[in-house]
Amino acid sequence: MAPLEQLEQAYLEARQDPAFQDELKDLLANYAGRPTPLYHAKRLSEMHGAKIYIKREDLLHTGAHKINNCLGQALLARRMGKKRIIAETGAGQHGVATATVCALFGLECIVYMGEEDMRRQRLNVFRMRLLGAKVVGVASGSRTLKDAISEAMRDWVTNVHSTHYLLGSALGAHPYPMMVRDFHSVIGEEARRQILEREKRLPDSIFACVGGGSNAIGMFHAFVGDQGVKLVGVEAGGTGAELGAHAARFSGGSPGVLHGAHSYLLQDADGQVALTHSISAGLDYALVGPEHAMLHDQKRAEYCSVTDQQALDAALALARTEGIIPALESAHAVAEALRRAPSAKGELFVINLSGRGDKDTDIYRENLKELDDPN
Amino acid sequence: MTRISRLFERLRAEHRPALIAYITAGDPSPSATPEIVAALERGGADLIELGVPFSDPIADGPVIQRASDRALKAGTKLSTVLEIAGQIRKRSEIPLLLFTYLNPVLRYGLEPLARAAVTHGIDGCLLTDLSVEEAEPYIHAMREAGLDTVFLAAPTSSRRRLELVAKYSTGFVYLVSRTGVTGERANMSASIAPLVTEMRSVTKLPLAVGFGISTAEQVRSVGAIADGVVVGSAFERAIEENAASNKLSAKVEALAQELASGLLSKNK
Repeated sequence: MAPLEQLEQAYLEARQDPAFQDELKDLLANYAGRPTPLYHAKRLSEMHGAKIYIKREDLLHTGAHKINNCLGQALLARRMGKKRIIAETGAGQHGVATATVCALFGLECIVYMGEEDMRRQRLNVFRMRLLGAKVVGVASGSRTLKDAISEAMRDWVTNVHSTHYLLGSALGAHPYPMMVRDFHSVIGEEARRQILEREKRLPDSIFACVGGGSNAIGMFHAFVGDQGVKLVGVEAGGTGAELGAHAARFSGGSPGVLHGAHSYLLQDADGQVALTHSISAGLDYALVGPEHAMLHDQKRAEYCSVTDQQALDAALALARTEGIIPALESAHAVAEALRRAPSAKGELFVINLSGRGDKDTDIYRENLKELDDPN
Repeated sequence: MTRISRLFERLRAEHRPALIAYITAGDPSPSATPEIVAALERGGADLIELGVPFSDPIADGPVIQRASDRALKAGTKLSTVLEIAGQIRKRSEIPLLLFTYLNPVLRYGLEPLARAAVTHGIDGCLLTDLSVEEAEPYIHAMREAGLDTVFLAAPTSSRRRLELVAKYSTGFVYLVSRTGVTGERANMSASIAPLVTEMRSVTKLPLAVGFGISTAEQVRSVGAIADGVVVGSAFERAIEENAASNKLSAKVEALAQELASGLLSKNK
């Protein structure tokens, strides 16, 4: 608890410090590539009904929104005098973003990754190593994101004096969910300004995928006060509705505690955390970020799920109508938007495209075998 | 007054610290646990921490993680652990502390658990991942049932936190010997003496020290300054290595005996 109290205090001080904010702003602009475009997807809109805009977080340095939070937390770690950074990663995007900022700031970097995820995301494992990070495979439990988080937490409590735990989603104990949200809230702030410039009005619906929920909360935060804007979080429906086949915490879970956060949790009748499945490693986690649970209970945001197959279909649709190959996580948000678009003619949609699909090339190949045929 | 408080009162008169044994209930099987506890008692353990296996034991090192896995695979649930406690209680008055992560307890329900714990002869609970700030409903349920609530204090804990731990704990306070997870270590942290001193300045409760203690020599040196010494992973390792052997309880008893030999009366 003491390290969390110190972190909270350091963060609250940094948040008020104009020098900290200026440096972060400069890095976001000139290193990461902000602001990201809000792109009007004309062909997609014409084919499906609603007028669809896409927030292009996939164009950021390292290929996903994760860099926003990593730059913020790395600056904070430096400010706290921590020379060693640890992180967990599921899809590898947060691991790559962490390895990137550690290289940038000259910090030691250790990334914990479930062995199953290392297999699914080999390219990102190599990218992390290329950037100088040490990737530690985690063989316990389900060998996925939750086990990587457990192992990172064990490391943190052991090496807390030298080490900052750069948690990559809006999860874990306070102040992490708040801090990670704050570092990503730039997504929604930009999108809100951009859509008002372009359309002179706010969107009707906003779509974002929800694993831990960092890109979604970053996108939603600026719109929470705009009651007319529907906020739609899309979870991983996996291969079916039975426990273990998906990561749809709102429909399949119940309140519980994991990794220091109280939220909706996939668990069995005895309170053991259930295994989860998703085609996208980044959505494959048993607990949803606690602020999403709050938005859900307040009925301010709605949550639904999309299956592996629907996500794949949406990815292909986006690739072939707009020339954008999305990360499989982000493809879930695209799928839900496209499902609703035909009955929403004249409405304005914004999809947060949290990451690009390069890292998923192997999974796309496995699932679209007909494209891999040399003939 | 619970069996836990009576134990520490008696040991204070005897000028001897308690040997506290942690085991994961249900490892290697639920039916094996009562006999393992009996062996620990014969070997000289004064208090048993009955660990409830959990799928995501973030405070535990590899030995107890594996124990937890084995117990879950053997079908151990929180309700199973309560039944095990009931069986132990039928023929022993050894104090029992339920040692668990928060989520299975929330799932079971605080009040139902408190009632069932009393029925099955449990004397108190320790929730590893419940912070004192969030503890009110839990404390209330346990107090109503007459159960002790033990909280953890660590070398990194602030003065304010130590005071809260003292305020909410009954029976004893569990001091974590060092930063990190459970598991055996060659050297005991130098930070334990200052933590014992600081905790004594905020509470009169007995202080037990755990995490990393695995040898008779460590038990002796920690026992010289604390009122209780907790050994967990060393017992779990013995259970792991002898799980399939008919010598399991003899090995556990011998280890307890060896560790208890470190607990010399302070006035000798």
